[in-house]
Amino acid sequence: MTAIDFSTTIGSAWFPAPTFTASGCASSGRELAQFFPLREMGGVVTKSVMSRPRPGRPTPRMAETPSGMLNSIGLQGPGIDAFLSQDVPYLVEQKARVIVSIAGETVEEYSTLARKLRSVSGISAVEVNISCPNVENRGLVFACDPDASRRVIDGVRRTLGGELPIIAKLSPDVTDLVSIARGVVDAGADGLALINTVLGMVINVNTMRPQLGGKTGGLSGPAIRPIAVRAVYQVHAALPKTPILGMGGIANGKDALEMILAGASGVSIGTASFGNPTAIMSIQSELKQMLIDRGFKSLKDAVGYAHRGEEVDSE
Amino acid sequence: MSPINKHAKQVLAPIASNKRVGIYHQIIVNIGDLAQKCKPGNFVAIKVGGDNSALVLRRAFAISRVSTSSATGGTMELIVSPGGQGSTWLCNLAEGALIDIVVPLGTAFGVPTEPVPVLLIGGGYGSAPLFGLAEVLNARGSRVDMILGASTSSNIYAPMEGKRAVNTMRIYTEDGSAGQTGRVTDHLYEQIRDLNVAVVYSCGPMSMLSAITTITKALDVVHQCSVEESMACGIGICMTCVLPVEGDDGTISMLRSCIDGPVMDGSLVSWDQVGKSL
Repeated sequence: MTAIDFSTTIGSAWFPAPTFTASGCASSGRELAQFFPLREMGGVVTKSVMSRPRPGRPTPRMAETPSGMLNSIGLQGPGIDAFLSQDVPYLVEQKARVIVSIAGETVEEYSTLARKLRSVSGISAVEVNISCPNVENRGLVFACDPDASRRVIDGVRRTLGGELPIIAKLSPDVTDLVSIARGVVDAGADGLALINTVLGMVINVNTMRPQLGGKTGGLSGPAIRPIAVRAVYQVHAALPKTPILGMGGIANGKDALEMILAGASGVSIGTASFGNPTAIMSIQSELKQMLIDRGFKSLKDAVGYAHRGEEVDSE
Repeated sequence: MSPINKHAKQVLAPIASNKRVGIYHQIIVNIGDLAQKCKPGNFVAIKVGGDNSALVLRRAFAISRVSTSSATGGTMELIVSPGGQGSTWLCNLAEGALIDIVVPLGTAFGVPTEPVPVLLIGGGYGSAPLFGLAEVLNARGSRVDMILGASTSSNIYAPMEGKRAVNTMRIYTEDGSAGQTGRVTDHLYEQIRDLNVAVVYSCGPMSMLSAITTITKALDVVHQCSVEESMACGIGICMTCVLPVEGDDGTISMLRSCIDGPVMDGSLVSWDQVGKSL
């Protein structure tokens, strides 16, 4: 195989491959490690963790939809303290590169979580999930409000100092994604994770009520891929220097390449792992081969290649 | 977390046979040496629909029986009800077709160390994995009795050869089309008491498992049940298939039925809180 530089960077963090888990789609990491060594992918983005243990939303939490699924987990998790004492050491021991994803109910909670991460070794970056759709109060989706988004990222940035790269995870369920992206980058985000799930609903025609216990859920899988590609393309056009972790329905190497060409510096895989535990490994090797086949000497040369010849906005 | 799926492998496996049995399909899959790792209660996650399918999630099926001595190597038997798109696709596959499977997954039924009397209760085709379990328990010297229930006779799954390991089998249907009219729990209290049952094993709808637990708790009898909750991944990463379960310290937490189940201690499941917010 021809040599290619497959590495990618997000802020000061370097990863040997541009392939990641999507937050909330790898549990603690141990479950996937059964099927392949975690260090062989670019990095593990952990399940968004909150300050305290959280039971999540009632069942049913899942509904399969055409080429996708709705989930309504509601950020079930052990809380930051148990997470840092049990899950992070395991991932570090596996030599996985770790991006810790945090979620809060208030601007202060995000800062509190960030403070706990400052002294933890082995973390490559922090994903600030401001866009989980599965919260009781939709008003809590910070990423739907440009001002709230900025305040969260600003607080995390101040708390972390300049040490760890911050990746803001944004929602596609907004009118002007570019302005929200610009706002969080101005507030100190080094990178963006695009996109979180799209808010959706399934109604069971037998019970004649919403299928999910939480009524609404987040739509993921290939059904949302064109939305994700559009989001990455638009944001990359506006902010070409900001690294983007692209996600939304990536199921094979071609899908991953599409996202890279749209402007993503890396890709996250979520729903595809549910259907195929080794999806990340096959996506990784297919993407590499497709880049080589197209004559790219490095992954970085392919990032945003679909924009070539376009006028670029100044950042 | 225990390394519960430590034997799980993702493999392409050929279908050895696919036969209609009443309204169900009996599908035998060649899984080679993996058959030795499968225990009664374990399940398999199968990719369905083919490469260009809009079905993105695996389907979980209880392994009803394994054979490690067949001429073609190890096999596993699945009893599938062609209800949804995925299971219908599976039931239409011809002998020799390759399927992408992850197996064995989840917890297994615990087998008592002493040959104590046991009672196996199946709802609908939930009875399927109980026949494999019955053989194991019977071979260990336990007296095995069975109760099967369903809405109507065609939904009862009770193969002739499966009855060999079973001492008595009672059948209940809600419409009275087979066996007694009623439900598996109708005379359960008396049957557990009269047979001096030490362990109840069950597999079927959640409402049935909950009703059995009420009786086993009253009699202080162990109840190992195989739960079902909609799963997206089957391997513990999606957090959709959770149930409220009481831990050692008395607190209730949402455990995954794929990793901490499907076989759970019925007395620890907070049946009243299933489908509610904790």
